[in-house]
Amino acid sequence: MGLFDLFKRHQNSSNVAKDRLKLLLVSDRANCSPEIMEAIKNDIIQVISKYMDVDTEALDIQITQTESEGRNGIVPAIYANIPIKEMKNGQHPVQK
Amino acid sequence: MCEVIVITSGKGGVGKTTTTANIGTGLAMLGKKVILIDTDIGLRNLDVVMGLENRIVYNLVDVVEGNCRVAQAAIKDKKHPGLYLLPSAQTRDKTSVTPEQMKKLVDELREEFDYVILDCPAGIEQGFKNAIAGADRALVVTTPEVSAIRDADRIIGLLEANEMKKIHLIVNRLRMDMVNRGDMMSIDDVVEILAVNLIGAVPDAEQIVVSTNQGEPLVGSDCLAGQAYMNIARRVTGEEIPLLDLNAKENFWTKLTKLFGKN
Repeated sequence: MGLFDLFKRHQNSSNVAKDRLKLLLVSDRANCSPEIMEAIKNDIIQVISKYMDVDTEALDIQITQTESEGRNGIVPAIYANIPIKEMKNGQHPVQK
Repeated sequence: MCEVIVITSGKGGVGKTTTTANIGTGLAMLGKKVILIDTDIGLRNLDVVMGLENRIVYNLVDVVEGNCRVAQAAIKDKKHPGLYLLPSAQTRDKTSVTPEQMKKLVDELREEFDYVILDCPAGIEQGFKNAIAGADRALVVTTPEVSAIRDADRIIGLLEANEMKKIHLIVNRLRMDMVNRGDMMSIDDVVEILAVNLIGAVPDAEQIVVSTNQGEPLVGSDCLAGQAYMNIARRVTGEEIPLLDLNAKENFWTKLTKLFGKN
């Protein structure tokens, strides 16, 4: 975030609005309430925790969009970024 | 053949009532027989925008409850032959009418009028359900703002779920100076995001405030907004009219006002 960002933002706030709206509408159209997202997040944590120790604080899950491999064009997708702290069997995830 | 049109938006304050008044008056100017119905029970507004607030005797709820006939409740606009207003009730709430009752009323009016235009309340609750119940087509009004477009998208989804056959978009309150410098989404941006067909765009104009103050819709007048509304009315009737160039005309208009001094 520098002066350049501020300047750019001021220059074209309509593009900012467009980008925000596109993302917003994807999650609106997928009909995913924050409560459902929270439930999905908790379930994912539960499942993955069986095998590895994950950083629940840093976990990021959101609805976004992606190009479908079929003919549907752009479709909603769940994006999840789950940092692993440690494998359950004691192995460290990062090989030294 | 009568067509029943609901004018809706989801978000409040984007110009549904002004749009209803202007398109309705425009259609009457084109020689059609038109009735405007204010379905916003409890928050009556269309009557003041039309300048007919002093002539209300009966209202929509009276008609639905059978206290009077439609012909008694409908106010005839003296300036435009063929234009009628069925006002809403101010002291009741949205639950006073059901979608079935609205559908029945609208079907009754089909015999009598070329166009029945329903001014829908903001929101997606009972009032919205009442307003769309008997409609053949919907005009969704939005402004080029994130909140209004988001709500419009939701409304379009609900209309599709209710099997509305024809859905068209009106982009209201466009400020071309802001669009040109990249600080307001353009008509194309809005259409691209919402993915519905556009039926018209209306510039944000001081004349609209003036016309609402006076209770006289400005459709058909010389100004850009007046032309834009008239074009929408014509497109509603099926005429094919190219989109007004809001840029070029605005320059022309500013030139003209400069020429004659401020007025």
